[in-house]
Amino acid sequence: MSDLVPILISKVNYWVYIALMMIGLWAVIAKNNLVKKIIGMNILQTAVILFFISIGAKYNATIPIIMHGHDAGHHAVNAIDYINPLPHVLMLTAIVVAVATLGVALALVIKVHQKYQTLEEDEILAKMDEQ
Amino acid sequence: MKVLGTLVVLLFGGLLIYGTLDFPSWGDPAAPASTHVSPRYIERTLEETSVPNIVTAVLADYRGYDTMFETIVIFTAGIACLFLLRVIKREEAEARMYRHIPTGITLRVKQRARLPESMEEFERIDLMWVPYDLIVKTGCRLIIPFSQLFALYVIAHGHHSPGGGFQGGVILGASIALYAISTNLRSGLAWFGEKAAVLLCGLGVFIYASTGALCMLLGAGYLDYGALSTLFGVDPVTARSHGILIVEIGVGISVMAVMVLLYYNIVSAGRQDEGL
Repeated sequence: MSDLVPILISKVNYWVYIALMMIGLWAVIAKNNLVKKIIGMNILQTAVILFFISIGAKYNATIPIIMHGHDAGHHAVNAIDYINPLPHVLMLTAIVVAVATLGVALALVIKVHQKYQTLEEDEILAKMDEQ
Repeated sequence: MKVLGTLVVLLFGGLLIYGTLDFPSWGDPAAPASTHVSPRYIERTLEETSVPNIVTAVLADYRGYDTMFETIVIFTAGIACLFLLRVIKREEAEARMYRHIPTGITLRVKQRARLPESMEEFERIDLMWVPYDLIVKTGCRLIIPFSQLFALYVIAHGHHSPGGGFQGGVILGASIALYAISTNLRSGLAWFGEKAAVLLCGLGVFIYASTGALCMLLGAGYLDYGALSTLFGVDPVTARSHGILIVEIGVGISVMAVMVLLYYNIVSAGRQDEGL
């Protein structure tokens, strides 16, 4: 039992993100309403973003901005004192791109609603068969 | 579909959780993600680009190509939304609504009806009657300048503190959307028009791409800001930080314009007359 606690503590954040990701994936697969599918897609995206940020963390390290900047003189900058900046860079752009793609998804949903007067997937499929 | 979906999700989630057992534990400095290229970024950024914020330096300099194409993705999303939704042919609504500002009386003018001779005391409002909301309007009028100032700070101070073009651009776009929400879409468009938004969203990408091309003209590689040193009259390391600032401003302009375009088109389903 005592072996399990360190594993639990060091992995529980990944499990939370996987749970979030699965909630999003389930919404994308099982929900009938297109807007709910988009919400599911966004939950999935958020889970991936959280996962990446979590990868960048280091114990006893601070944010990736070099302390004292130019006044630091010739102090050596140790990589161990700063968290990994790379996941932050990747996710910074991913968040804004997620908002932009959400806009395109909503635009498509508006077009679908203008054509079929509904956003329920089964009703749209039935109307498509009629035509 | 629900049963199948649940099964797929449970199976996939179980596999992923099984996969995490091999992961390095949280916060481990020796994790593979923190060992290969990231220590080099942390240790060399200040001497190579003179930018203390490593995230900004990696974003706009080391991974400049990636960020340029991310900006183009955002630009494309804005243009795609415009092309999908925008209705150019404007059908006249069957009536117009005006509010008499001193008394608050609303006036409904039918299509092709004659308007009163003096319209100075009237303001046009949406067909779905909106009450005159002094608290919301005044509150937003107080918030908007400060949020825009903060956005400019976030863009300009991205070298020394968390921030940059993407974040600042989103805050700027949000301030314009806030104005359109607190009054109506028509006033928002009168303040920040659609044409300006389309032009600015192209201009941001142009600033980014032409900075790269300028470096090529000055004899270095594309987006190699060190070449700008002759232009600014500073050493190549400081020129890199100036180049990053120019690029971040371009990103900020583009992101702001795209956020505004997305807002205008989605709330009004592309008609850009009434909505929210």
